[in-house]
Amino acid sequence: MTALRNVVPRLEERWALRLEIEEFHVAYAQAIDAGEITRWPDFFTDDALYRVTGRDNADRGLPLGLLYCDGKKMMRDRVQATLRTTTFEPRFLRHYISNLSIDEVRAEGAIKARANYLVVQTLMEEKTELFQAGHYQDTFVRRDGRLLLRERHCVYDSLTIPNALIYPI
Amino acid sequence: MSVQPPNGSSNAFVWPEEGLNAVPDWLYTSDEIYQRELERIFYGPTWNYVALEAEIPNHGDYKRSWVGEAPVIVTRGADGNVHVVENRCAHRGAEFCRSLTGNSKEFICPYHQWTYDLDGSLRAVPFRRGVKGKGGMPADFKLSEHGLRKLRVATRNGVVFASYADHVEPLDQYIGPEILKDFDTLFDGRPLKILGYWRNTLYGNWKLYHENLKDPYHATLLHTFLVTFGLMKAGQKSAMIADPLGRHGTMASAKGDEEEGVDQKAVNKEMRKMIELELEDGRVVGFVPEFKSPWTVTMQTIWPNFITQRELNTLGVRHIVPRGPDSIDMYWTMFGYADDTEEMTKLRLCQSNLMGPAGFLGIEDNEAIKWVQEGARRSVTEKGLTLLGGRDEGTSDTLITEAAVRSMYRYYRGVMGL
Repeated sequence: MTALRNVVPRLEERWALRLEIEEFHVAYAQAIDAGEITRWPDFFTDDALYRVTGRDNADRGLPLGLLYCDGKKMMRDRVQATLRTTTFEPRFLRHYISNLSIDEVRAEGAIKARANYLVVQTLMEEKTELFQAGHYQDTFVRRDGRLLLRERHCVYDSLTIPNALIYPI
Repeated sequence: MSVQPPNGSSNAFVWPEEGLNAVPDWLYTSDEIYQRELERIFYGPTWNYVALEAEIPNHGDYKRSWVGEAPVIVTRGADGNVHVVENRCAHRGAEFCRSLTGNSKEFICPYHQWTYDLDGSLRAVPFRRGVKGKGGMPADFKLSEHGLRKLRVATRNGVVFASYADHVEPLDQYIGPEILKDFDTLFDGRPLKILGYWRNTLYGNWKLYHENLKDPYHATLLHTFLVTFGLMKAGQKSAMIADPLGRHGTMASAKGDEEEGVDQKAVNKEMRKMIELELEDGRVVGFVPEFKSPWTVTMQTIWPNFITQRELNTLGVRHIVPRGPDSIDMYWTMFGYADDTEEMTKLRLCQSNLMGPAGFLGIEDNEAIKWVQEGARRSVTEKGLTLLGGRDEGTSDTLITEAAVRSMYRYYRGVMGL
């Protein structure tokens, strides 16, 4: 593991990059937590891969996803299916994203980063529950000056999902 | 009948007078019924799914698994055979194997280092003769009498089943020809490639999952996605197949194969949730024919803990682990075939969005089962209705029936003495 200090030696650049990615995480979480999942695909490039998978799969190199979207079109389909065809009990989610680690900044501009996440779920008449603990394995790229995800693997430690996962992590 | 049968009194379990056209709530909520199910069904003369052979291809490979609530280990021994042993040390009962999977020459219980072969035979007990003539096991202690409890094992085309019972009919007879037909379509002997796992806890009784897959009526109504894309639809060529005893089932449908003489407009009108939706990326509902079968979907329930899934090109099995009357853990194993192209693997992964704890259809089944359980647990009314299709039982060529649910409960009542 490489400290960000070695990846981006200049303090000002490091601050700027950290701030930019942290602001990205905040905006991403806000969109989902506010229930505005139609905005969720906008955080990705057109050819992005998005996958939510258990740590047992990730550790063994198994490709399955709980959600598996190969490209932004499939993400938009997921959103439409969730909003228009899927029957489920109303719920609130809240994402807590921390421990940002920027591991690699490639010459062509791609940034490999990780962050821990907790997702807390509240069903209307039930106690709030810790729904999922995991970490993001991200690849960011810059498009028109803006960071976008080209790859996001949400790898969860809590292998047993309580009932169902409705919204993206 | 009282709302809640008094504890400990079997006499309270009186089946409603409507017979198989009603299901009493205590079926789903009673601890006493649940304990009887474990004893007579899961630990009785049934074959329980435990693993796919593709998960343990090499000598020494093992996997934690379950029969009913009981923890077991599925191993491939030095002899190349598959063994299923209870995950409980013969000494003090520790559930010693804690890794989901692994490879080992032997099992050693960490508590006192009792050591077993992969077939469960006890090989060594530390300080068996004591130290300096003091302590140790009695002179007549025999290793051969203290192995791990071994279950009976049967496999078919790479699927491993186990049984606690000493006497259970051969696996092919147990499943029966009606069900084996579609089982063998999915498991045709080709080596499998595991794509990954899902797990979720469902907040409903284990039988509700069987009912769900023996109730094709719901598929055409609850699952808007399924209907919208014609994956299963009333008026489409379909079948609900049951074995003669009624315990197993195959729900089958053929996408795009509409029956003659069906007024599709009238069918659509019955379904309140029909919507117009087009997918931007059609792969999720695309189908590449790969089986010699009239069906594009077959969902099979194999009593008491196993489900096979062939939905378009996404393939998998589900393993029911009951956790009391109110919940189950569902272990999903998704796979393709070892000779799949990269493109086919990708298609299977994309279509896996249909099923599982986050699947377009999976989500809705999980939710519906929870809601039925809550209805049974909380409300004052004490029974549900299974009147669809009248008194018909077993196999049916319409989706608008509960005939297979009734035949399952006829069989169940016999086994349970209810």
